Amino acid sequence: MSNWFVAHLWLIPVIPFTASLVILSLSNARRTAAAALAIVGQIIALSLSIAVFWPTVQTPGYRLWQNFTWFTFGEQALRLGFLLDPLAAVMLVMIAFVSLCIFVFSVGYMAEDKNFTRFFAYLSFFSAAMLGLVVANSLLLLFIFWESVGLASYLLIGFWIEKPSAAAAAKKAFITTRIGDLGFFLGMLWLYGRSGTLLFYDGGNGALESAGLLSLGASATSIALLIFAGAIGKSGQFPLHVWLPDAMEGPTPVSALIHAATMVAAGVFLVARVYPIFSLGAISGVTPSLTVVVWIGVTTALISALIALAQWDIKRILAYSTVSQLGLMMVSLGVGGVAAGIMHLLAHGFFKGLLFLGSGSVIHACHHEQDIRRMGGLRGLMPLTFLTYAVGMMALSGVPLFFSGAWTKEEILHATSLWSASRIPHFLMLLGVVLTALYMTRQMIYVFFGPRRTAAAEAHESSPILTLPLIALAICVVALSVVLTPAWPWLHDYLSGERPLLQFALLVQPALYLSLILVAIGIGCGVLIYRRAQLTDPLERALPSLFRFLQNRMWLDKLYDWTILAGGRFAAALSDFLDRYFWDGLVRLCAGIGSFFGGLTTRFDEDAINAGVNDATDATRGFGRLISRRHSGQVQSYLGAIAVGMLALLILYAWLT
Amino acid sequence: MTPTLQLFLIASAALFCVGLLAALSRRHAIFILIGIEMMLAAAGLNFIAFWRFGPQPALPIGVMFTIFAIAIAAAEAAVGLALIIVVYRHYRTTNVDQINQLKG
Repeated sequence: MSNWFVAHLWLIPVIPFTASLVILSLSNARRTAAAALAIVGQIIALSLSIAVFWPTVQTPGYRLWQNFTWFTFGEQALRLGFLLDPLAAVMLVMIAFVSLCIFVFSVGYMAEDKNFTRFFAYLSFFSAAMLGLVVANSLLLLFIFWESVGLASYLLIGFWIEKPSAAAAAKKAFITTRIGDLGFFLGMLWLYGRSGTLLFYDGGNGALESAGLLSLGASATSIALLIFAGAIGKSGQFPLHVWLPDAMEGPTPVSALIHAATMVAAGVFLVARVYPIFSLGAISGVTPSLTVVVWIGVTTALISALIALAQWDIKRILAYSTVSQLGLMMVSLGVGGVAAGIMHLLAHGFFKGLLFLGSGSVIHACHHEQDIRRMGGLRGLMPLTFLTYAVGMMALSGVPLFFSGAWTKEEILHATSLWSASRIPHFLMLLGVVLTALYMTRQMIYVFFGPRRTAAAEAHESSPILTLPLIALAICVVALSVVLTPAWPWLHDYLSGERPLLQFALLVQPALYLSLILVAIGIGCGVLIYRRAQLTDPLERALPSLFRFLQNRMWLDKLYDWTILAGGRFAAALSDFLDRYFWDGLVRLCAGIGSFFGGLTTRFDEDAINAGVNDATDATRGFGRLISRRHSGQVQSYLGAIAVGMLALLILYAWLT
Repeated sequence: MTPTLQLFLIASAALFCVGLLAALSRRHAIFILIGIEMMLAAAGLNFIAFWRFGPQPALPIGVMFTIFAIAIAAAEAAVGLALIIVVYRHYRTTNVDQINQLKG
């Protein structure tokens, strides 16, 4: 039975996609049908994902692919395929489950929106594209779904299209990620040029198998870096992270979907998928491309964790935290901890989905207020939201033992400590853990503790349709830690294709104390600093210039505005000038020459040919008029003419004889 | 004064000219008809004159011609008068200056 599901892997993305198409064809009024279709499609996708997950659990190192020919040109056939391995299977389950929770949440959250059906169509499309992305067995097919994810994010970030900021954010997200995608595309072409195939696995001939990797040779580093450019764009890594916080303009379920299950996970997944290219020719686990990945990740993680400290928008804080966590995952991949990075990606999918949906619940209760300075004291008013949010917050901060995020974070820290090239990333990541705990504590205190401020006055607990997904996700966040502990590292071994062993002795590691201390420092500092926090941030009071620097996102957007965008504007102005004066002048000159010759022939036509014809007609007409004047109708004049003619004949006769 | 051919021809030419003048200058249709009749008469006179002073004055050829011509002229005058009456009924006038529907 399970084989049937594996053989029909393509059904997983196709079902939500079909649902999306059907919903699009529905009228705006069929709200129930739209939501039901989307959710049913997602449930089927989730069931199928679990069905294909099962065989990968039974066989360690399971890998199965089905390739098919898309089209043939000349001798070469372009082949695509679907791939099932632990990485894909576990991503499928996570994406389908988190998306399902978000879909259910959206039913309540978007209830009053007039474009309710369109929203669900886009959501389904988004989820379908992401599900397709993880099961692709071809870089090209992956790229197709990759761009579909980009399109869906564009449609959803700009969902409230009547808001200019939303339209701008959608454009920014699309264009910024497109810069990275260009690199990805070039890398793909290069890869195809070297290895002649874009399939990952193809019975020994795939690009990720030994023969394909051998053909890459020295160009592997460049190819890997170009593909990584795509991941930088999608996963919001420095320096292309600027779109991600702006993407908060979309509805909150969209933010949740982008940050937890789809979109940003795609970049990390991509690096993990083509990891053999990155690690080709590694000397004790270090290659130039992986080193770049590590440093980009470190920069991203620290910069965004710092920026998150000084944001006021509840969703923006979470957005920067996502950027930071993605940086952490990249570091993990870069230092060789692929399994750890993917585990964190999965755990992050659950708890960040939970946090975003929780923030959606808060925003919903506060009448679409997103500024944390206007909230406060919501703990008593929204107990369910508070509890689930706290679970998410502790998972994100890395509170040890009970929360999945903590175990995966520890794995990553462990992996960084083993990196042979440098110890600096390890220490910077330890700092990142403290910062994460700090900004999450700040957010918790502002939102749920302290006095009730303006927007919180009339807040109330959200309806079950909003809280149920929160509870489901919170349970997952806690439950997932069972398979993450060092005592029974099931997920780790599952991903790396080994059989897990149960060793309780390993449960408590030295690293556990270290993270306990770090998180305690973070949360403790947070409570100390923000305990009596009012409308002005304590940090702002202490270090106003630093706070302003962070609040304005380290001026990075401004910097881009002054450099890259200014360059763009200058180029636009230059080409406008060239167009107006240079090219236009050329065109006008050509037109002038043409017009001159035209005038010449016109003159010839008018004066020579037409004039001759005109004169002939005038003469004919004049003669005709002259003759017609003789036809006076006067009988006597006719008679006279006859007489004159007669006389003339007579005279002629006389003259002749 | 002996009657000669020239004398008759001059008389005939004079009669023709008078008829022509009448036909060309009068406005009344009946006078034009009269002019035409006069020109016919001049032609008849020419016949008689050429016959009388011709090689065979004994045979009544010229008289016969002229009598036929007069008979035809009478018929023609009848047709002409009938035409004039119809024209008059149509236009309520016989002034040829006002009857100019033949103009091209």
